Amino acid sequence: MRFLLFAIRRLAASVPTLLIVLAGLFMLLQFAPGDTVDALVAQMGGGDSAMMEQLRKYYGLDATATVQLVRYLTRLVQLDLGFSAIYGKPVIDVILERLPATLLLMASSLSFAFAGGLVLGVLAARRVNQWPDGVISTIGAIFYATPAFWLGLMGIIIFAVNLRLLPAGGLEEIGAGHTGLRRAVDIVWHLALPTATLGLIFLATYLRIMRASMLEVMTLDFVRTARAKGLAKATVLRRHVLRNALLPMVTLVGLQAGTMLGGSVVVESVFALPGLGRLAYEAVVQRDLNTLLGIVFVSALLVICVNFLVDILYARLDPRIAN
Amino acid sequence: MTGLLAISGLTVSLPPGADRPFALDDVSIDLRSGEIHCLIGESGSGKSMIANAILALLPENVRVTAGDIRFEDRSLLTLGEQDMRKIRGARIGMIFQEPMTALNPLRTIGDQIGEMFWTHTDLDSATIRTRVLSLLSDVQIAHPREIERAYPHELSGGQRQRAMIAMALALEPAILVADEPTTALDVTTQAQILALIRDLQARKGTSVLFITHDFGVVAEIADRVTVLQHGRVVEHGATDQLLNHPSQPYTKALIAAVPSYLPPPSSAADGEPILTISHVSKTYRPFGLLRRSRRTTQALKDVSVSLTKGTTLGIVGESGSGKSTLARCIVRLIDPDRGVIRLGDAELTSMSRRDLRAQSRHIQMVFQDPYGSLNPRRTAGELVTQGLILHGMPGPQARIEAKEMFGVVGLDPQAMDRYPHEFSGGQRQRIGLARALALRPDVLVADEPVSALDVSVQAQILRLLANLRKTFGLSMIFITHDLRVAAQICDRVAVMKDGEIVEHGATAKVFASPRHDYTRLLLRSIPGQRWVPPAAGSYLAATAG
Amino acid sequence: MQTLTRFLGNPVALIGLCLLVLVAAMALSAASLFPNNPLDLAGRPLQWPLSNPRFWLGTDVQGRDIAAVMFYGARVSLLIGVVATLIAMTIGILIGALAGYYGGIADEMLMRLTEAFQTLPNFLLLLVLVAVFGSDIKTVTIAIGLVSWPASARLTRAEFLSLRNREFVEACRTIGMRDMQIIFREILPNAMPPVIVYASVVMAVAILLESALAFLNLSDPNVPSWGNLIGGGRAVLRTQWYVSAIPGVAILMTVLAVSLIGQGLNDALNPRLKRR
Repeated sequence: MRFLLFAIRRLAASVPTLLIVLAGLFMLLQFAPGDTVDALVAQMGGGDSAMMEQLRKYYGLDATATVQLVRYLTRLVQLDLGFSAIYGKPVIDVILERLPATLLLMASSLSFAFAGGLVLGVLAARRVNQWPDGVISTIGAIFYATPAFWLGLMGIIIFAVNLRLLPAGGLEEIGAGHTGLRRAVDIVWHLALPTATLGLIFLATYLRIMRASMLEVMTLDFVRTARAKGLAKATVLRRHVLRNALLPMVTLVGLQAGTMLGGSVVVESVFALPGLGRLAYEAVVQRDLNTLLGIVFVSALLVICVNFLVDILYARLDPRIAN
Repeated sequence: MTGLLAISGLTVSLPPGADRPFALDDVSIDLRSGEIHCLIGESGSGKSMIANAILALLPENVRVTAGDIRFEDRSLLTLGEQDMRKIRGARIGMIFQEPMTALNPLRTIGDQIGEMFWTHTDLDSATIRTRVLSLLSDVQIAHPREIERAYPHELSGGQRQRAMIAMALALEPAILVADEPTTALDVTTQAQILALIRDLQARKGTSVLFITHDFGVVAEIADRVTVLQHGRVVEHGATDQLLNHPSQPYTKALIAAVPSYLPPPSSAADGEPILTISHVSKTYRPFGLLRRSRRTTQALKDVSVSLTKGTTLGIVGESGSGKSTLARCIVRLIDPDRGVIRLGDAELTSMSRRDLRAQSRHIQMVFQDPYGSLNPRRTAGELVTQGLILHGMPGPQARIEAKEMFGVVGLDPQAMDRYPHEFSGGQRQRIGLARALALRPDVLVADEPVSALDVSVQAQILRLLANLRKTFGLSMIFITHDLRVAAQICDRVAVMKDGEIVEHGATAKVFASPRHDYTRLLLRSIPGQRWVPPAAGSYLAATAG
Repeated sequence: MQTLTRFLGNPVALIGLCLLVLVAAMALSAASLFPNNPLDLAGRPLQWPLSNPRFWLGTDVQGRDIAAVMFYGARVSLLIGVVATLIAMTIGILIGALAGYYGGIADEMLMRLTEAFQTLPNFLLLLVLVAVFGSDIKTVTIAIGLVSWPASARLTRAEFLSLRNREFVEACRTIGMRDMQIIFREILPNAMPPVIVYASVVMAVAILLESALAFLNLSDPNVPSWGNLIGGGRAVLRTQWYVSAIPGVAILMTVLAVSLIGQGLNDALNPRLKRR
């Protein structure tokens, strides 16, 4: 019960942040050299100024900036993200279509990165400054410096082209008509390379933080107390060091949520996945600013959700917080 | 004659690059059955290293190179890790100095005490829980059931230390090693914990190796004492013998440095008040838009006191009494919510920031932490000239003034271009004094200036303060938690508790006949008060410097 | 300087330094080794490396000399990395210092602003900025800087929050120092070490962001860039995979160099932790 109140307070604290984000985005919109109507007209192959006037009135683009901002915010609250001139559908529909693929990619990459980083970080810390630590830390440093899109391409070359083990792109076999379990397996197969790509990059960060956190906690006083009580080193690690060292990792998940979402843009483009990231890219190229801003808004919501969950998890792990 | 634990010729070497080659050099200590044996030394004496060596918990790169530790007819140094683990906690228990950090913040007290039983016995959870609860009552913790379920951060310092004692004594070990367990506690709490340890020791027959730096504690509970300096045993013997008839010069010097708590006769305390504090109140309200209004703390409640010109006013209290808040209100580091503070004719509380800055040269402060009170990136000379230059003095002249100040506080003027980390704790406090006095203030506020120093250095700094006060005609406010120190140097004393002044008056009078219950409690809690250090005054005079 | 000795004695830092020197050498020698515009057509497209002695790294889809683009690209990457990092760190340190020192309302407001920036995925925000303001190299650099400042602000604020209550700061206030002097001349030098280490992280991310942008063809097309090469090579991935592979190694090397130097700096400035 205490957690719920705490969580609601944290959520309420994100409202002003969201408002700033939205106002900022709206202001950016004003700076854009062309607006939706220009994009539409360009698509149609040209039009005269009278028609553009009419279109502007239709879309409400002729009102003052303040009025537009208020209208914009009211619409957003109702999750009305506008109309995509390019796709000919409400933006919210376009986004909802693409959301599942991105969520799937995010969830699997995050799990992979977190679990892998945790295990390897603990291993490296246990054998600090010996060869397992050296190897793990070196591999971590290399993956940390690798561009995600390049890693994806190399993965395609090795596993899809040369070894023919995994598919080179797409979420599933189009037109194959799989259902149920077969479809799930097919999707997993297709997501293997993208998950590995995105996951490995972030695994490097989690690995580094877990290792540093373990080393830091091992120097704390209560570890000495535990040993003075006669506990074995491995028991001390498991019962005392691990949970304390996990706390910064949990925080990191929240902090990295936005970066991972950004990373999905390139990974989805490389692997031709029908997700939000690729949608964002297409929106930029086609100058569909409505869709782009809609995606940014939804991303901000996603990040806030993830942080909310992280806060709850952290409060459960650390009894000092909820007070 | 060998006793329960016999340490003989123990030598522990430090890795190359440390300030000395040995942490311990040929140390022999004899712990007998059923006694409380105090190990006393200043910082750097190696006393904590002994505790670590006994339980084979030495840090990496630190090794035993000679000697032996014998316990129950076995040499602890030759035991493997598995055998050592059976002894740790079960046969030899240990408690540490900082109870807050010595307990895992993420596990309940009951869980951590219960761990002793899981590790060393085969008892089931229900039995363990009963045992834990009875242990908590043994150490006189109120509401053991709630404490058992609580987390360390929900307990007070005294409660945490009691829980740690319960944990250490859970399996009724033959020996309890206590590494400065009361140093971080308030004086009243310390008195309770000392009484508890003595009581438990008498009931269960545990031998206690009690490590401390405070001779008062030694006088209060020790049966026998060993004195350490720089890793070597200087002297040892029965407490009475050692305290009243020390044979070695170092022991004599240490004992002489202990402030006696009989105050000197007060100097003429009638005169103009130079600083008046009237009805000052301060409440802390944590800021935050959507934060639940957490406990608002009333740090100061309607405090009124005045400082007579040319005298020293001591403000005595434990942690949470508000004494530090009061000090900071006086120098306007904190703004009081209500009340008036007057310095001479000027009303400090109503001044603008700019006027305050100008006024700052009349009232200066010396701080507690010799390591945190000096900017590590400025040279000692810069630290002293900064204030002078800010108030308009040209650079070269400021340097001359600073050189003079260095001499006055007993520092080598050549050392002005060195950085703080190159000085010792006592020397850093001298730099802090030089910085404060360079501006020739009328009032000096000293916030626990000697609490973080070793006893021998304490005595030097206190003497320095007394001399400076006479030389510069200062009026001083001296904040401390140590009544003995207050007795040494203060003409008048004000006792604070929970943000209020409960009693004030001439020091001699307050000590001789305290009127308030809390003052009486404080006076009663001074450890070793029945012991009067031998010939303290004359020895001090003889070893001036 | 003990720190310098520690830094140079650390093998990790030395490797990073060597790599960085290598990349810097590439950047500096670009004009002398390849006097022609690297974006011009230089030869037959899609020649394999080492097949033609004139193009020892081969040519790309448009017939450009890959080696030339690699060397000129080093200039671009380092330049963008440094400038964007400077922008990000300046904004971040300023905001963090003011928020950490003054606390209260200023802190709340500045932190809300920082949070707002952090809630948006930085690459997405970069895309929006590029979509609105264009792909000119100057715009891209400033945009990357604008997207990267929040983390250094958080870090600086944390340092200031802990240093602000230290007694030496209180001492400065009692001798009558003004706030600005305290912030910039007393506290900031003490807060710098972790912030400087973090600058290496910011630079690493900046280089990765720019190359990702170039990969998607959203960066300045008139500037030779490694990311651009990789993007161009996608079409021929199955056969002439070297077009995409080689520039990636360069990016990896540069980012690795920067991050290893950062790690070395961290270890040199915190010797206590290194021992373990």
